[in-house]
Amino acid sequence: MSKHRINWYKYAAPANFYPLAGKMIPVFAIPAAILFVVGLYVGFFVAPTDAVQGESYRILFIHVPAAWMGMFLYVLMAVYAGVGWAFNARLASMMATAIGPTGAIFTFISLVTGSLWGRPAWGVWWVWDARLTSTLILLFLYIGFISLQSSIDDWRRADRAGAVLALVGVVNVPIIYFSVQWWNSLHQGATITKSSFKMAPSMAAAMLILLGACWLYSIAVVLVRVRYIIREREQEAPWLAEATA
Amino acid sequence: MFGWLVWRDLILAWRRRADVLATLFFFIIVVSLFPLGIGPERETLRTIAPGVVWVAALLASMLSLGRIFGNDYQDGTLEQLLLTPQPAYLVVLAKVLAHWIVAELPLVVIAPVLGLQFGLSQNGLAIVVVSLLLGTPVLSVIGSVGAALTLGLRAANVLVALLVLPLYIPVLIFGSGAVQASVTGSSPQAWLLLLGATLIVSLVFAPWATSAALRISVE
Repeated sequence: MSKHRINWYKYAAPANFYPLAGKMIPVFAIPAAILFVVGLYVGFFVAPTDAVQGESYRILFIHVPAAWMGMFLYVLMAVYAGVGWAFNARLASMMATAIGPTGAIFTFISLVTGSLWGRPAWGVWWVWDARLTSTLILLFLYIGFISLQSSIDDWRRADRAGAVLALVGVVNVPIIYFSVQWWNSLHQGATITKSSFKMAPSMAAAMLILLGACWLYSIAVVLVRVRYIIREREQEAPWLAEATA
Repeated sequence: MFGWLVWRDLILAWRRRADVLATLFFFIIVVSLFPLGIGPERETLRTIAPGVVWVAALLASMLSLGRIFGNDYQDGTLEQLLLTPQPAYLVVLAKVLAHWIVAELPLVVIAPVLGLQFGLSQNGLAIVVVSLLLGTPVLSVIGSVGAALTLGLRAANVLVALLVLPLYIPVLIFGSGAVQASVTGSSPQAWLLLLGATLIVSLVFAPWATSAALRISVE
């Protein structure tokens, strides 16, 4: 046990979190930018050309992290929304609202890059395979969440209604993940498993670096967005006038 | 209380028969539009029949979702119902059951007739009915979550489609899969079992989510 225990509850209050988030944004944004550059360099210049797929497989360095982020962020959003609803924690609900658009963008990127990759690899832009379809459904769920929240004026009701929807929708995420096992289809089976790591080390490195970059980027962007949400909702609060003065 | 609530909703629906019939005719018209758009070849029609019937059922049941809680919300009955000592879960289940009888059961009854238009075999027609019987309650109960969340909102009808249709997709896949399997001559049992499992799971969990959503919307 360290002597200086941080009181985490302190940062559950928007008044304390707002300045902290402001300080943390560069901490995440700058490494994210560096990792993007490094990851793209490794992906494009260091990783060898794939024996079967040629150069086009390099799309996957973006595609795979984006697809992972799309799923992770949905779960994270649901967890935040659920915590915010169950414990009446305003900040957690704000975080859920802030995560929504970022998750939707990553899901969209993974669909677009997936179809760009599918054209040379499979010969078609789109197949109605289980995993593609469920990623599309995930995008619909994000859109439903965002549009439900934005059509409710009272933000406390918006938070809770969004939480119910996100928790109902989270049932979908495992279906996405296991769909490859459930429906045997055209899509690639999982390449990264515990037992075998069927990739050249530099390929794996590029993918993991870009995954880290996507994580850091997401955190930074969510913090920026949550600060705007705090400002919007706490317009009347005196601390905000001091903080922004 | 449960039976009384179902009975009350049925009487209310009976006094507004036109609404019920509108949903039914919507279903019939949508299904009949497909042959006109695609062409009258028997083989093609038989292939698309499962999907067409199921998609039309999805859209028709979605159209009527607003009626589950809408009127009760407007005249304040819903608030009173939630204040009763009975668990909200039962209130939701009763209203969903009434909605299913009013809006979905007619679809199940008329579906075999529409299946005949698409040249389905007797076996195929039977599977259409069985799959719809298992699947449409899921549509009602999942739809009730969306209906409860959008109570009293602007553009609630469009929003409910956005929220609910993605959640309907598993039912669509399993239901049309069952009919497809019987059309192509394989056993639809696996699909029907999945559909039954979906029904049980959604009956257990969805009313709970709906009652949570109702409390959020009403307060």
